[in-house]
Amino acid sequence: MVDLQGLVNELVSKLRRRKVEGSRATARLTAELLRSVISQSKLPATNQPAALIDAVRDVGGKLIAANPIELAVGNIVRRVLHIIREEDHSNARDAVEGFRLSVGGDNDYIVEQDHLNLSVAAQSSLCRPSLHSLLERSPNSATTYFTATSEDDSEEKRKSLDPIARSLEFRRKVISAVNDLIEDINTCHLVIAELAVEHIHPNEVILTFGHSRTVKEFLCAAREKKRSFGLFVAEGAPKYQGHLLAKELAARGLQTTVITDSAVFAMISRVNMVIVGVHAVMANGGVIGPVGLNMVALAAQKHAVPFVVVTGTHKLCPLYPNNPEVSLNEMRSPSEVLSFEEFSDCMDYRIGTGAPQLHVVNPAFDYVPPELVSLFITDIGGYYPSYMYRLIADYYSSDDVVIQQKPAS
Amino acid sequence: MGAQKKGATRFSEDPEELARVPLQAILLADSFTTKFRPITLDRPKVLLPLVNVPMINYTLAWLESAGVEEVIVFCCAHSKQVINYLESSEWFSHPNFSVMTIESHNSISAGDALRLIYERNVIQGDFVLISGDTVSNMSLTQVLKEHKERKKKDSNAIMTMIIKRSKSSSIIQQSRLGTDELFMAIDPNTKQLLYYEDKADHSKGAICLDKLLLTDNPSISLHNDKQDCYIDICSPEVLSLFTDNFDYQHLRRHFVKGLLVDDIMGYKVFTHEIHSNYAARIDNFRSYGSISKDIIQRWTYPFVPDVKFFGNSAIKLERQGMYRASDVVQSRSAEVGSFTVIGNGTRIGNNTKISNSVVGEGCTIGSNVSIEGSYIWDNVIIEDGCKLMHSIVCDGVVIKSGAVLDPGVVLSFKVIIGQQFVVPSYSKVSLFQQPTKQDSDEELEYADNSSGIVENSSMADTVDKSNGQLTSELLDEECGPTYELGTGGVGYIWSICEGSHEEEWRHSIAPIPADKLAEAMQTTDDDLELLTQDGSVLPPSGELKPDSNYSDDNEDPRDVSIYFEKEVEATFLRAVHENIKEDNVILEVNSLRLSYNKLFTDCAGAIFYSLMKLALETPHSSPSELCNSTMDVVTKWKKLLKSYLTDIDEQIEVIQKFEEICLESAKEFSPLFSKILFHLYDKDLIQEDAILKWDDEKKNADEADKVFVKQSEKFIQWLREAPEEDDEEEDEEE
Repeated sequence: MVDLQGLVNELVSKLRRRKVEGSRATARLTAELLRSVISQSKLPATNQPAALIDAVRDVGGKLIAANPIELAVGNIVRRVLHIIREEDHSNARDAVEGFRLSVGGDNDYIVEQDHLNLSVAAQSSLCRPSLHSLLERSPNSATTYFTATSEDDSEEKRKSLDPIARSLEFRRKVISAVNDLIEDINTCHLVIAELAVEHIHPNEVILTFGHSRTVKEFLCAAREKKRSFGLFVAEGAPKYQGHLLAKELAARGLQTTVITDSAVFAMISRVNMVIVGVHAVMANGGVIGPVGLNMVALAAQKHAVPFVVVTGTHKLCPLYPNNPEVSLNEMRSPSEVLSFEEFSDCMDYRIGTGAPQLHVVNPAFDYVPPELVSLFITDIGGYYPSYMYRLIADYYSSDDVVIQQKPAS
Repeated sequence: MGAQKKGATRFSEDPEELARVPLQAILLADSFTTKFRPITLDRPKVLLPLVNVPMINYTLAWLESAGVEEVIVFCCAHSKQVINYLESSEWFSHPNFSVMTIESHNSISAGDALRLIYERNVIQGDFVLISGDTVSNMSLTQVLKEHKERKKKDSNAIMTMIIKRSKSSSIIQQSRLGTDELFMAIDPNTKQLLYYEDKADHSKGAICLDKLLLTDNPSISLHNDKQDCYIDICSPEVLSLFTDNFDYQHLRRHFVKGLLVDDIMGYKVFTHEIHSNYAARIDNFRSYGSISKDIIQRWTYPFVPDVKFFGNSAIKLERQGMYRASDVVQSRSAEVGSFTVIGNGTRIGNNTKISNSVVGEGCTIGSNVSIEGSYIWDNVIIEDGCKLMHSIVCDGVVIKSGAVLDPGVVLSFKVIIGQQFVVPSYSKVSLFQQPTKQDSDEELEYADNSSGIVENSSMADTVDKSNGQLTSELLDEECGPTYELGTGGVGYIWSICEGSHEEEWRHSIAPIPADKLAEAMQTTDDDLELLTQDGSVLPPSGELKPDSNYSDDNEDPRDVSIYFEKEVEATFLRAVHENIKEDNVILEVNSLRLSYNKLFTDCAGAIFYSLMKLALETPHSSPSELCNSTMDVVTKWKKLLKSYLTDIDEQIEVIQKFEEICLESAKEFSPLFSKILFHLYDKDLIQEDAILKWDDEKKNADEADKVFVKQSEKFIQWLREAPEEDDEEEDEEE
């Protein structure tokens, strides 16, 4: 068995030292770590979900603190917490229904204290089911559950009476839900790519910015479906990841034109649609993306060109950008902007007052307000920015928005 | 021997086998210098905070992120402190990164350390050699690959040095990190290091390269803008080399230079230049300041204060490059300027101004304090109205109200500065007395144990003790005001060591004062002038100067000429008074000519000068008498003069010399110029060609120079006509 604490420390130190970067990689690693937390943490016999939530919260708090700029980490922690809660609710609902049935059917049934508490809690939380679960489960839940319980009445009763089996079942369900989540993270770009032909029309000109795997797959999918379109790639200074994207796209047979970031405004009038990938989507529908993205969005707005963001749901962040907890930006090394060698004479502190005469600012991210975003294409469909709050309500529990952070010792 | 054997067998094995050896690093947690004294008397250099994080953490965090798996930390000075620190830190519990300590008490140099490590037999393959005060964020993959490939091709390529370009002004012959200017010769194709000189003698204004370098290598690039990062990739042979050469102490001064000079073993050192990454070593106070500022400016990303690469302190980056911990208590009226780091639990009073500085944890800063460019460590108390300029203030220092720290001050641990006291520039203050005798092992970082180290006792205790020391000191001898740090002050001001006094401003964290800069610029200009002068008067002939009692190689050439003339004159006068034969005089003058490396022209001029001077000294009352005596002298010494006037150049020289005499030393001759010139012509000493040529040369000269040409115009005219007549006659004859 792998040492859980060791695994946690390893990811924490990786996040701290910026060895893993990018929302997809951090999201996957976080989900995988939380899966092992769920499967390995020792739980008390009673009130398991609460204990599990505490354990995940504890680890999640550490991970978030390790690199606050990777919002995907926090998103995944909240998603997992939400999964635990949902499973707990559905368990409780089953139990409540089972209880009602058994009350009706069997008079000598003895209600456990714990069970009762649980069902009361479940009933209170059942008052506000998420739209997601409502849509998926409500239409047939009444019938299925009733038929299922009436058919396997004795089995259901036995299950609910056996705490060990129930706990195993609960854990198994949570883990399989987390596995689904990991699967979603891994395949979301393929799901999104399937929507490509609906959005990219023949002979359109597309502009993209920076390097995004989702965008790449999206464009390639359109290409594979014999859609012909023109493509501009803005290089994305100072990391120049646009160069990388252009190279990869050209290798896959897309006619690609690279332009400088400063040429975006000049080119935008020839563009039919801007498609970009982002770092995170905030609760208000604004996005955080590579530096320079706001300029592209403004140019697109000026020329009434749709500004489309493709993103997996793991980038959906339940926080608002004005939240002080959110550090919107990270200042990276100035060496990406200019070479230390050439400018070292400007940073000679021996001369004059000793104060640096040259300061280089290299922010990694840009914030694009929701007004500038036309459409989000996610793995669960296309949405307007104004709809983001509703998606967030589906994926996150409002109890988890603030993850308790232990004060630094 | 084990390491060597392993190294030897490794080559026969396949590369996969080679890759299995974990990457190791030797971290020297001792600088083996005394540059950080008096601070290092209390605490080893590697544990000194650099932007609020002990230095060694930067090095370890970098090694960890660069993929090093095993670090051997060599501790010497204050080894217990280093080991205790590491044990309590997170480094020992890190997965895939093991830290091992080796302790020594009698190593006095990096050489000793490496010899000890060799004896321990812990190094299995290539390793990174680094000292615990290095900050870097470079990636090792590329350089390791290069090193391994080179090693496979050439087993003598045992070391790769990391270098980085860094421009620096040439005025003060010092890099921006305060180290001496470094000269390197590198083969531009193979990147082999051919020459390394960090202690070039600037007074000479020249560096010497072995001529063999030029014959052996088709191209050499010589750099003075490269900074040595003190990160080396070494093969195991390096350790055995240190053992073989037991006198190697310093890594660069002895080892690298030794390898470059010694061509018997044929070991080679290569360089690897890094471009976008950062790497630098803290060598002295100036580099401490410069590197701190680089860190604050994020060149070392991700090893910057707001990224928690180490520890748990939460610091946020705010606007203008200001870093502030979450629980700083700051007055509304306080101004915290740009590029400043404020640590946890620090309190800042009203109207206090802080800029370009680092303030540690738990400090209390009063009202109306001004702090600029200073490094304040933990738990420092600064009372109201103090002024700190470019100084380093260690843990637990108390600066009482109104005190002023001038630029370059270093206050060691727990010093107390009294009220209104002004600590003079570049002074170092410590609770310890300065060791009076220079230790024989001056390379050591720690204090002599006998010199009474005040252990970590309580503040009051320390005060008592040192006060006691002070009074006894005062009674014993009149030690002057060295102890005085104002009312209530505790500590000693270290007198600056002799010799290094001049250099103090070079290595301090304070910016170089304008007057020093101007001075340095002046000397550079002077050097340049001297250099050009030297260049212009180099003897045209390639012959070497023979040794002589009178001349020195470095003497000003003008002086040499004057000496020569005086010597010739003395010889001539001796000849006049003692009636020495002309032949002997010629012989003597010739020997003088050789010893002063002069030409015949110089001799002719000098002898003519002597003649004229002799004539001038003979008593005379009128110009005509002078003329006559001159004629007599010339006639008498005609043979001597003649022997030096064989060539037309020499004759012109004599005419010019004559002009010079008339203008400068003996004005009496000036009216007689043409007469004497005619006389010389008459005596066949100067031929008409010489005179005509002299006339031609003078045609383009200034009016002032033409005085004598005009005076002898008639004579020249006559000369010009005479040959024509001859020609005509000849023509007629034909």
